[in-house]
Amino acid sequence: MKKLFVYMKIYTKECILGPLFKLLEASFDLIVPLVVAAIIDTGIANHDMAYVLKMCGILVLLAVVGLACALVAQFFAAKAAVGFAANLRSALFKRIQSLTFTQQDKVGTSTLITRMTSDINQVQSGTNLALRLLLRSPFVVFGAMIMAFTIDWRCALTFAATIPLLSIVVFGIMLWSIPNVKKVQGKLDGVLSSTRESLTGARILRAFCKEEQEIRQFTERNDALTALQKKVGRVSGMMNPLTYVLINGGVIALLYVGALRVNAGSLSQGQVVALYNYMGQVLVELVKLANLIISITKALACLGRVNTVMEMNPDMVSGETLPETASSEAVRFDNVTLTYAGAGAPSLQNISFTAYKGQTIGIIGGTGAGKTSLVSLIPRFYDATEGEILINGQNVKDYPLQALRQRIGIVPQKAVLFKGSIRENLCWGKRDATEDEMLAALSDAQGLDILNEKPEGLDTEIAQMGSNLSGGQRQRLTIARALIGKPEILILDDSASALDYMTDLHLRQAIKRFSDMTVFIVSQRTAAIRNADLILVLDEGKVCGMGTHEELLKNNEVYQEIYYSQYEKEEQISG
Amino acid sequence: MAKAKKLDPAQQKIIIRKVLKAIAKYRFLVFLSLLFAAVSVLFTLYLPIQVGDAIDRIVGKNNVDFEFILRKLTEIGIVVTLTALCQWLMNIINNRITYQVIRDLRQEAFKKLNILPLKTIDAHPTGEVVSRVIADVDQFADGLLMGFTQLFTGIVTILGTLVFMLTVNIAITLVVVLLTPLSLFVAKFIASRTHSMFKAQAEARAAQTSLVDEMVGNQKVVQAFCHEEEAEKTFDTINEQLRSSSLKATFFSSLTNPCTRFINSLVYAGVGLTGALVAIRGGITVGGLSCFLTYANQYTKPFNEISGVITELQNALVCAGRIFELIEEPPQVPDKKNAKVLTNPEGRVEIKDVAFRYLPEKPLIKRLNLSVTPGQRVAIVGPTGCGKTTLINLLMRFYDVDEGSISVEGSDIRQVTRASLRKSFGMVLQDTWLKSGTIRENIVMGKPDATDAEVIAAAKASHAHGFITRLPDGYNTKIGEDGGALSQGQKQLLCITRVMLCLPPMLILDEATSSIDTRTEVKIQEAFAKLMQGRTSFIVAHRLSTIKNADVILVMKDGDIIEQGKHEELLAKGGFYSSLYQSQFAG
Repeated sequence: MKKLFVYMKIYTKECILGPLFKLLEASFDLIVPLVVAAIIDTGIANHDMAYVLKMCGILVLLAVVGLACALVAQFFAAKAAVGFAANLRSALFKRIQSLTFTQQDKVGTSTLITRMTSDINQVQSGTNLALRLLLRSPFVVFGAMIMAFTIDWRCALTFAATIPLLSIVVFGIMLWSIPNVKKVQGKLDGVLSSTRESLTGARILRAFCKEEQEIRQFTERNDALTALQKKVGRVSGMMNPLTYVLINGGVIALLYVGALRVNAGSLSQGQVVALYNYMGQVLVELVKLANLIISITKALACLGRVNTVMEMNPDMVSGETLPETASSEAVRFDNVTLTYAGAGAPSLQNISFTAYKGQTIGIIGGTGAGKTSLVSLIPRFYDATEGEILINGQNVKDYPLQALRQRIGIVPQKAVLFKGSIRENLCWGKRDATEDEMLAALSDAQGLDILNEKPEGLDTEIAQMGSNLSGGQRQRLTIARALIGKPEILILDDSASALDYMTDLHLRQAIKRFSDMTVFIVSQRTAAIRNADLILVLDEGKVCGMGTHEELLKNNEVYQEIYYSQYEKEEQISG
Repeated sequence: MAKAKKLDPAQQKIIIRKVLKAIAKYRFLVFLSLLFAAVSVLFTLYLPIQVGDAIDRIVGKNNVDFEFILRKLTEIGIVVTLTALCQWLMNIINNRITYQVIRDLRQEAFKKLNILPLKTIDAHPTGEVVSRVIADVDQFADGLLMGFTQLFTGIVTILGTLVFMLTVNIAITLVVVLLTPLSLFVAKFIASRTHSMFKAQAEARAAQTSLVDEMVGNQKVVQAFCHEEEAEKTFDTINEQLRSSSLKATFFSSLTNPCTRFINSLVYAGVGLTGALVAIRGGITVGGLSCFLTYANQYTKPFNEISGVITELQNALVCAGRIFELIEEPPQVPDKKNAKVLTNPEGRVEIKDVAFRYLPEKPLIKRLNLSVTPGQRVAIVGPTGCGKTTLINLLMRFYDVDEGSISVEGSDIRQVTRASLRKSFGMVLQDTWLKSGTIRENIVMGKPDATDAEVIAAAKASHAHGFITRLPDGYNTKIGEDGGALSQGQKQLLCITRVMLCLPPMLILDEATSSIDTRTEVKIQEAFAKLMQGRTSFIVAHRLSTIKNADVILVMKDGDIIEQGKHEELLAKGGFYSSLYQSQFAG
C-alpha cells in the first residue's frame, strides 16, 4: 500500500506544513490557560489594570495567530487530500483501462466502480481529516497533561489517572460499536431486500397471494433490526454520561489536591483555574480522536481495496510490430483450448478450424457451449491456454493489441451504447467517419428508420446506457458502429436477438454485400446461420460438428436436435 | 409521489401535524425525554458555579477553607452523578422513541406497498420507493427526533447560561451576549459562500461518477473498440474539474471551525478582560471569573449547532413528506364486500368490449372481444411493444379495464375476490422472478403446505428435478433475489415448477425470447405442454409450435388486435401474420 503514497509525493510540502501549522495552532490554545492564570495571580491579585490589558491583548494576539495558522493548515490539508485523491483516481482509471478481461472478470465491474468512486472519496476525506487532526488531538491531550506537570506534578497526577480511564471508556465503546454497527447494517440489508422484493416481485407475489406472508416476514426482520439498533444505542448512549462522570471525578480530585497544594503555599489560585481549564480540553480532544480513528480506519480500508486493483499488473503482453503478410486465411484456430482463470474445467477444448477471407462462419450451440468464448479469442480478449489463433497467418500474440482489435468489428451480446450523440457513438467504430459513411453503416444495419423517428437525426443524444432507445434500436446501432470501420473480421455475438426475423434477414443480406469481410455469426437460431459457408456446432466446449447446413442436418445429431426444436419436430412434441 | 425538494410553510405545517400524529403514542416518553434533557442541561450549567465557589475558597497559603471545599466537592459529586443519570435516561428514552418510530413507519410503509395498485408500483422506479422506506425513514428519525432534542437542549443551554451568568455578573454577561452572535454570522457567511462551491463539486462528482459507471461498467466494449485513450482523456478533464471544485469546497467549508473558534477566543479574551477589571474592583470573585470563562467556552456551541440542526430538521421534514406520501398513496380498490369466491372454475373467460390505456392520451387496447371456452389455447403474437403483456395485467386484475368487462365463469372479475381470481390462474412470466430463499421455498409459493413428495413430483414433471439435485444443497440450496448462479433456463424451469405444483385451471404463459440452451429449451417446451393439457391458456408466444397449436391466435399491432383466427386461416389471409411467419423461414 506504501506504493500508493507516490501519488501524495508531490504534496510532501503540504503534508508536512499542514500538520505543522495545526500543531502551532494547538500550542497557542495550550498557552491560553497560562495567560488566564497570570491574569488572576498577577493582574487581579495586584489590581494591575495595565497588566490585565496587556494579557488580554496577548489573548487576542494568540487568537489571531491561531486563526492564521489554522487557515494555512486547512488549506494545505485540503490541497494535499484533494490532490492525492485526484491523482489516485486518474491512476486507478488508467489501471482499469489496462486490465485484461480475465482480471475484470475476477474483480467484477461493480467492484471497480465502487473503488473509483466511493472508496476514493472516503480516502480523500480520511486524508484531509488525518492531516488536520491526527497529530493535533493527541498533541493537545498530552500537551495539556505536560502543561499540568509543569505547573504542579502532584496535581498533574489526577490527569495521569483520568486520561487512561477516559481513553478506556471512549475507545472501548467505539471498539464495541464497530462490529455491532456492521451487524445492524446486515439486518438493514434484510429489511431492504424485503422491500425491494415486494416491488420487483409484485406480480408474482400477488399472483400467489403472498402479501400476508411477505408482511409477516418483513415484520420479523424489521423487529430484529429494531432490537439490535436499540441494543447498540443503549451501549453508545452510555458514552456521554460515563465520560462526564470521569472527567468531573478528575476535576473533584484536582480541586482537592489543588486545595492542599495551595494551602501548603506551593500553588496559586490562578494556577488551579489553569489546571481546571486543561482538564476541560482533554475530554473534547479525546472524543475527537476516537471519531477520527474510526474515519481513518475506514479510509485505510478503502485505500487497501484501491491498492489491490492498482497492484494488478496486466497479464497479457502486446505484440511488438504489425506483421506484414498476405494470406487467404482470415482466421485459423489450431487445436485451441481455453480454461478461464479459476475455472475447474476448460470452456473450449481442442478447437481447430479455418475461416477463409470473405467467408461467413456460423457458430451455434446451447448456452454455456462456448460460443462467446470462441469469438472472444479472435480479438485476443483472452489468451488461449493451449494452441494458437492465427489471423492472416500470424499469431494474434504477435500483433500490437490495438492494431489487432482495429481489424475486428464486434457486436457484443449486450447492446451497449454510450452517452453522447448517435454520431459520437458511431465514431467509436471509426474516429474520422464521414456523415455518408455513418448513413451507409446505419442503412446496412437496418437502422435508418431510427433517424427518421428522431428529429435531430445523427445528433440525437443517447441517454446513458441508451435508455431512450428500444432494445432493437440499440442493437442496430451497435451493429452500425461495428460496420462503419469496414473491419476485416466482423463478429456478431448473438446480436440480432432483439430484431424480428424480417429485419434479421435484411441485415444478413446487407452484410453479405461486403464481399471481403469475414463474418462470424453466433446464434441460437438455425435460420440465422443456415446460409453460412461453415457452421461450427459447439457442445460443452467442443466442436461436435462442422460443415454446411445441409451436411450437418444430414449427419449431426446435435444440430438436428437444435434445428428440429425450432421447426418441424415441435409438432411431435405438442401436437 | 412527485419529488418534493423544498417545502413551503403551509406544507411544513401539514407534515409537522402528521409527524406529531405519528409519534402521539410516545408522547409520555417524549415528555420524559425533554424533562431529563432540561434537568441534565441545567445541572451541567450549575457545575461551573460550584467549581467557582470552591476555587474562591482556595485563596493562598494557609488560606483554604477545607471544610467548605469538602462540602462543595461532595455536592459536585452528587450533581455530577445526577446529571450523568439524567443524560443516560434521556439517551435510553430517545433511543427507544427513535427506533420505535422507525419501526412503525417502515411497517406501515411496507403494508402499503403490498396493497398499492400495480399501476403505482409500475410508475415508480424500484430504487426510489426503496429509498423512501429505508433511507428517508432513517433520515427522518435521526434528523427530526435527534434534531429536535438537540434544538431543545440547545435552547435550554442558551437560556440557562444566560440566567446563570446574569445572577453572577451583568456587565460580563453583556460582553458574552453581544459578542457571540458574531460567530453565528461568520458561520452563516461561510456557509452561504460555500453553497455554490459544494454544488459545483457535486456536479463534477456526478459527471465523473456517470462517466465511470459507463466506461468501467462497459470496460470490455471500451477495449474492444480501442477507446481506452479517449476514455482516459475525457476522464482526466473531468477529474481536473473535480479536483479544483473539490479543493475550493473542501477548503472554504473547513474555514467554519477555525473562524468560529476564533470568535470564541475573542469572546474568551473579552470575558477575561471585563472579568478581570470587574474583579479588580471586587465585583466578582476569581471563582466567578473561572465560571464565566467556562460559560464563554460553552455558550457559542449551541448557537453553532442550532444552525446546523435547523437545516437537518428541514431535510427531515422533506423526508417525512416523502414517507407520508407513500403511506397515504391510495391503495388498490378493495374487494367488494359481497365479492364472490371463485370455486373450481372450469376456465371460461369472456372478454367484452375491453378498452384500456396506461396513459390517458395513448389508448393501448381499443375494443377487444374474445370468448374462450374451457381448455382453449389462446396465442398472442405481434412485435414488441404492441401490448401483448397488457392482456396479462388485465386478466390477473393487476390493472382494471377502462371500459368493457372481463368475466371468468360468467362473473365479472371485479365482482370476485382478487385472491380467488389469481389462484385460478397459473402465471409464468418471461421475467423469471425468484424470491431470495431456498429452491423449495420458491417452489411451494402457491402451495405452502406441499409435501416433499409433491414438490419432487412437480419438479420431475417440469424437468427441474435433475438440475436441482445437482445443486450443492439440493432443494435447500439458497438462491439470491436474482437467482444467483442459476441459468436463465433453470430459473424458467423453477417458475414452471412453481405453477406445476398447484396446477390451477387457467394459465398465463409469457414465453421467453432470450436465448436458452437447446436442451433446456426442449425441456421447457415439454413442461409447458404438460402444464397446458386440458387448461385454458393464454400464451404470449414467440415460438412457432405454440402458435401453430393454438386454438385462437391474436395478432396484435400498435395496441390493436388486427387479426384473429387459426394459424392456417391467418396464413391463407396473407396479411401481417403471414408476413411475420414468412420472415422466420426465409433464408
